[in-house]
Amino acid sequence: MKAFTVHRGLVGPMDRANVDTDMIIPKQFLKSIKRSGFGPNLFDELRYHDEGQPGADCSQRPIKADFPLNLPRYKGASILLARKNFGCGSSREHAPWALEDYGFNALIAPSYADIFYNNCFKNGLLPVILSEEQVETLFQEMAEKEGYQLSIDLPSQTVTTDSGHVFHFELDEFRKECLLNGLDEIGLTLEEADAIKQYETQRAQQHPWVFGAIK
Amino acid sequence: MTGRTLYDKLWDSHLVKQNTDGSSLIYIDRHVLHEVTSPQAFEGLRLAGRRPWRLDTNIATPDHNISTDKSERAAGVAGMVDEVSRIQVQTLDDNCDFYGIKEFKINEMGQGIVHVMGPELGATMPGMTVVCGDSHTATHGALACLAHGIGTSEVEHVLATQCLVAKKMKNMRVTVNGQLGTGVTPKDVVLAIIGKIGTAGGNEHAIEFAGSVFRDMSIEGRMTVCNMAIEAGARVGMVAVDQKTIDYCEGRQFVPKGEMFQRAASYWQTLVSDADAVFDTEVVLHGDEIAPQVTWGTSPEMVAPVTASLPTLAEQPSEEKRKGLARALEYMGLEGGQSIQSIAVDRVFIGSCTNSRIEDMRAAAAVAKGRSVASTVKQVLVVPGSQMVKAQAEAEGLHEIFIAAGMDWREPGCSMCLAMNADKLGAGEHCASTSNRNFEGRQGNGGRTHLMSPAMAAAAAVAGHIVDVRTLMGENH
Ligand code: SF4
Repeated sequence: MKAFTVHRGLVGPMDRANVDTDMIIPKQFLKSIKRSGFGPNLFDELRYHDEGQPGADCSQRPIKADFPLNLPRYKGASILLARKNFGCGSSREHAPWALEDYGFNALIAPSYADIFYNNCFKNGLLPVILSEEQVETLFQEMAEKEGYQLSIDLPSQTVTTDSGHVFHFELDEFRKECLLNGLDEIGLTLEEADAIKQYETQRAQQHPWVFGAIK
Repeated sequence: MTGRTLYDKLWDSHLVKQNTDGSSLIYIDRHVLHEVTSPQAFEGLRLAGRRPWRLDTNIATPDHNISTDKSERAAGVAGMVDEVSRIQVQTLDDNCDFYGIKEFKINEMGQGIVHVMGPELGATMPGMTVVCGDSHTATHGALACLAHGIGTSEVEHVLATQCLVAKKMKNMRVTVNGQLGTGVTPKDVVLAIIGKIGTAGGNEHAIEFAGSVFRDMSIEGRMTVCNMAIEAGARVGMVAVDQKTIDYCEGRQFVPKGEMFQRAASYWQTLVSDADAVFDTEVVLHGDEIAPQVTWGTSPEMVAPVTASLPTLAEQPSEEKRKGLARALEYMGLEGGQSIQSIAVDRVFIGSCTNSRIEDMRAAAAVAKGRSVASTVKQVLVVPGSQMVKAQAEAEGLHEIFIAAGMDWREPGCSMCLAMNADKLGAGEHCASTSNRNFEGRQGNGGRTHLMSPAMAAAAAVAGHIVDVRTLMGENH
């Protein structure tokens, strides 16, 4: 997995609450059997006038010029500033894949849906949680200044603005370690193979019906 | 020591290792796979040179993007018209064949929507941890399982290790006391709960549904409720074991028989919250006060009793709320203050893992019987949740009722719940739907979804607009 330590980049807005995974990447793109290539279809319905089809060349499609991320000033944004309960809805990991493929390295919002939040970490995408007031401050600063950038420091768990704010954010120790070092979580779990086997042996004695049922 | 909740018990009995950083390794008993969220996981497994940890835990079926059209389905995978979808279903078949994973293939008896299939085959049993790359996995919690959706990286993690790295959630109990009135169904109960706590109300919590309404409810009804825990923000929804749970499981394909069943059942009886268990969050509703519910907006929390009118911009407490409401009304093509029953419907969808079990089919058929679909309604899709539901419904003659009323009786799959196949809404069309999500574009680009119960959806089909099913129930027809 891709590691994340510090990042400084242009901020782009997604100024609405409860952005769901269908909005992030509509279902027709879930037919792919690949992990990559979803970036051009990120926020597809909000971004284009026509209905997107898998495999179509998005550079030829009519764009909705007033959709914020289509504005020239947000071109190349790598930090997405969003509102509460971002990523609600389905478990599709295509949502973080699309955000990452588009070029985002980090997200900032007051809250995220649980499964989406979890999925971000598996893809080197840092979902920062700040308070609603702090997020509001960032939205205001961004509106006022073209080319608005932020610095995100994972080791010290801070978001720093050029105007001098330093906002601290919380996250789990385990997730932080994995992201900082780009660790392979499956490899880590397999180091516990003995503990897993021991659990299985004991469970097979207690609840034997759980094993061997499906053939 | 204070008592433990059902969730605490399920968690404790699956704990492989507690790490010092607060994370835990949790053992997974049952893993359900489908075509959409598994291909990248299998590919990851292959690239890393790994193999599944255990085979007898996995069960797979295609459901999300297959056609529900009889003639297209008859030709199997090879006959799938959409090339990209065909490759995805073929990939599931290939992966399952390669690794030796049990799959109920496209037209096999047993195939169905993952969350209908698992419980009906007895692949899901009380006390298990159940995961699937689909957020509505909470459905299985109706059988007192710890069941939740996972992303594709976690699908790969479970395949390779039979475990997940997890963090314990908080306990929430939603108690619904009293009794439900006539025409009020499990779907109305869960929509009323979401209306009360909001779509983020259950974030970071596992919800246990308790109280007389759930004790009186059938197991299938409990599945409908647990299914939509995710729309209330919770990954997990559960109901404690009672005699109904045990009776439901007995005799199903993968459930043990004889002495082993007795042994399992006596363990299952312990899967209830202790009387002195403490919940982090408690919510209480009264069943007698719940009317049939309908969503009018673009989030499941935008819900109201069928007898109500839409909220108005003027009564919103904040600018943010006003903006959100204005956006939803614009998308839905509705006016604030308009009565819910004045909303005309263009299409009706009866199906999805929320409401496609045999009881749902019976409830819809009871309303459709002797009536006809309104001439203004373009299409009514009735999509059974599985091959077994379909066979049972046909044995009872329900399909004939639907067909006589002018409805389409389809092949099992997710269908217009997420519109990955050809079943979808056109832009601007209103749909009375028994599914679980009314997000913008969920049922087709520009489509407008109104969530409701199967009886209410069937009533909307015959009336041509949203209508209180209770007014039809006394009628002679
Ligand atoms: S019916 Fe809908 S919610 Fe259920 S598994 Fe299928 S797509 Fe997901």
